[in-house]
Amino acid sequence: MANYLVKRILMLFPLLLGITLITFTVIHLAPGEPVEMQVSMSPKVSAASRARLREFYGLDKPLHVQYGRWLSHLARFDFGRSFAPDNRPVTDKIIERIPITLSLNIIALILEFGLAIPIGILAAVHRDTLLDRGISVFVFLGFAVPTFWLALLCMYFFGVKLSWLPISGIHSLGSDRLPALARFADMARHLLLPIAIATFGSLAGLSRYMRSTMLEVLSQDFITTARAKGVRERTVIYKHALKNALLPVITLLGFSLPGLIGGSVIFETIFAIPGMGQLFYQGVMGRDYPLVMGILVIGACLTLVGNLLADLCYAFADPRIRHGRG
Amino acid sequence: MTLRRLVALLLVTLQLAGCGKGAPEPEMARIKGGTPAYGDALVSGSIGEPSNLIPVLSSDSASSDISGLVYNGLVRYDKNLKLEGDLAQSWEVSPDGLSITFHLRRGVKWHDGAGFTSRDVLYTYRITIDPKTPTAYSESFKQVKTAQAPDPYTFRVSYAKPYAPALESWGMPILPAHLLEGKDITKSPLIRSPIGTGPFVFKEWLPGQKVTLVSNRDYWEGAPFISRYIYRIIPDNSTMYMELKSGGLDEMGLSPVQYQRQTNSRDFMSRFNKYRYPASSFSYLGYNLRLPLFQDRRVRQAITAAINKDEIVQGALLGMGQVAHGPYKPGTWAYKPQVADPAYDVARAEALLKQAGYLMGKDGILVKDGKRLSFTIMTNQNDVRTKSAQIIQQRLKKVGIDVKIRVMEWASFITNFIDTGRFEAVLLGWTIGQDPDIYDVWHSSKTAPKELNFIHFKNAEVDRLLDEGRGTFDVEKRKACYYRIQDILAFEQPYTFLFVPDALPAVSARFHGIEPAPAGISYNLIKWYVPKTEQVY
Repeated sequence: MANYLVKRILMLFPLLLGITLITFTVIHLAPGEPVEMQVSMSPKVSAASRARLREFYGLDKPLHVQYGRWLSHLARFDFGRSFAPDNRPVTDKIIERIPITLSLNIIALILEFGLAIPIGILAAVHRDTLLDRGISVFVFLGFAVPTFWLALLCMYFFGVKLSWLPISGIHSLGSDRLPALARFADMARHLLLPIAIATFGSLAGLSRYMRSTMLEVLSQDFITTARAKGVRERTVIYKHALKNALLPVITLLGFSLPGLIGGSVIFETIFAIPGMGQLFYQGVMGRDYPLVMGILVIGACLTLVGNLLADLCYAFADPRIRHGRG
Repeated sequence: MTLRRLVALLLVTLQLAGCGKGAPEPEMARIKGGTPAYGDALVSGSIGEPSNLIPVLSSDSASSDISGLVYNGLVRYDKNLKLEGDLAQSWEVSPDGLSITFHLRRGVKWHDGAGFTSRDVLYTYRITIDPKTPTAYSESFKQVKTAQAPDPYTFRVSYAKPYAPALESWGMPILPAHLLEGKDITKSPLIRSPIGTGPFVFKEWLPGQKVTLVSNRDYWEGAPFISRYIYRIIPDNSTMYMELKSGGLDEMGLSPVQYQRQTNSRDFMSRFNKYRYPASSFSYLGYNLRLPLFQDRRVRQAITAAINKDEIVQGALLGMGQVAHGPYKPGTWAYKPQVADPAYDVARAEALLKQAGYLMGKDGILVKDGKRLSFTIMTNQNDVRTKSAQIIQQRLKKVGIDVKIRVMEWASFITNFIDTGRFEAVLLGWTIGQDPDIYDVWHSSKTAPKELNFIHFKNAEVDRLLDEGRGTFDVEKRKACYYRIQDILAFEQPYTFLFVPDALPAVSARFHGIEPAPAGISYNLIKWYVPKTEQVY
């Protein structure tokens, strides 16, 4: 097992290097440069000031030199400074955005799993009944409705018409003077709509997956055996079938890991949530190479770690992987 | 109709303005109801987040919105767009026009309590021209030959030759030398928490959420009535609009649709005041003059004659703008009211194209020497611009010109097409500066890649007039130059000037003391107030 782990971890480094090389090339292939975004079409900018800006960001060097420089900084866990006019360390920019995105995504993920699993089981157990069809319609509605549209409708209805919920942002003005509990409640009110809508939109995938694995398990011989032995239906479903059906779902959780730091651009834009999605989008539009690379590297690391964890879970659960090829 | 409403608005403005500046405040308050009072907060919204609050280092509008309240320049534009002293009490231009002496205001304090002196001005000048400073604004300061600070309250600059935009360039926000001198400005903490001399003091900046400013109690013009200015970052226009309606914002710029169709309910009108005045920008259709097709003046004139500009103002802006005939804002001193540019006249357009040798082909498109009269209009992702391009496309089709439209993302557009000259016609806009110097866009020396005369307009007389116009401080002489330039542009039609859109801000009705003027509404922000009974924050 330890041997397997070490091998897998060593494999991560060339993978990561490959990912950074490809992303670095791709982002530099996009037309335009950070300098462009700041000064193009402005009457007050001379060619000399443009050249000065390029030199300041190191854009006058050949691409492989830029990559080497960036990589050597990365080896020291330094993502460099942003090419946006604020010139702040990329790490600072990411760190101030991560908490809100992370907490939103974790809550949404818990809700998603907490709702989709029972929904999937319910649909599987009551297969092809009116309930099953109703559930299908409901989850696919969430999947099909454009989130931004639903979000705007809800904002208008609950925010403008009824004035029950705040429309955007994460705090009310002046909430910093409230006691901690009231401050928390204020934040919860702000996040209610975004979380509810995000969860609604993501129910379909997982619940359908749950339904099909559940159905597969329910059709297997040992379930028939259990039923034949006279085990109560509840025990059959929740003890024998569910345990087996949940295994692949748990690996899905591993794959959700990189998604935790990625926010949805459209969502964060509409609700004015200062998260990672917006940061990344601004980075791409402004051709802020260090920022984009920084976020991509973190994302890549999390993907690799997520895959590793999923594989380890498999190995843990399935001795054939552990011993056979390990 | 548009013009009449505008005139009406201006008249109202002037009446109010009459009792504004010199007259004591209570008088104006009596007209408006309520008494000026200190307190309350103004919550404003912005699509973009400020990037950097040291003004020489940033060029985005969100940063300059904030900087404009935190810092002062030596001079500024007053409500009628005339230069007046800001940190400079007065100034003199030497008779030969080669040097300017600024007499600085005494007793002005930086927000940290230090005194403002000519050392700060000298520092701002030096850091701006310092080759190590990554700034986009060094150009006009590079014209300076010498800069001196003979005493703490005098600052003198001299130029190699008279340079009219020089005065305006000293509206650049002045930076605190005592906090920046000898340090690396690109890593200064002032980028995130600026210290200026302006009417508002920086308090906090929550990234992606808001920037909060509080009123400067010691401001030399008197403390602003409004205690706090909160600048919320709301990246989506629909969200911003709903925030406005639900009371989460006090102020936002409306789109033409929102102004015309969505904000006329009694409820909205009772809670908000809507304002309307021409914005400082114009949109145009520009032709690549290096292409044989557009080298023929008659073709350019014909295109202009075939376009119904009124229709574009109605269709793309819902009437919230006015037709443009040249590169200046109507009503400003350099603007020539009557120029002989081609009016909308389909018969004339057809005649001009015939003169130019075009004959109608079988498919309804004009042909000359076996080539169809067809070109592509490129524009960036902007709703008003794509709509305008579509309206133009329809009109030109009627006279036999085939137009294709290509919409692109800004960065790719500029790099791949504008900079390389690989375009036929573009639909874009320019900001109209307060100083009428338009050298960079129209002088024949500004046609290198990355320069702004990217359509390659070359006219010896315009070149001469541009040099003459920036080489004198005499307003009448300058006016003559710029009037003549407008005549030439109207005749040559290197651009078809399309429209000047209106700015359409809505402000919560609890704010009093707003006096719309040619400069807009926010020039007297420090005089806005909320009567005690209406204060909410």
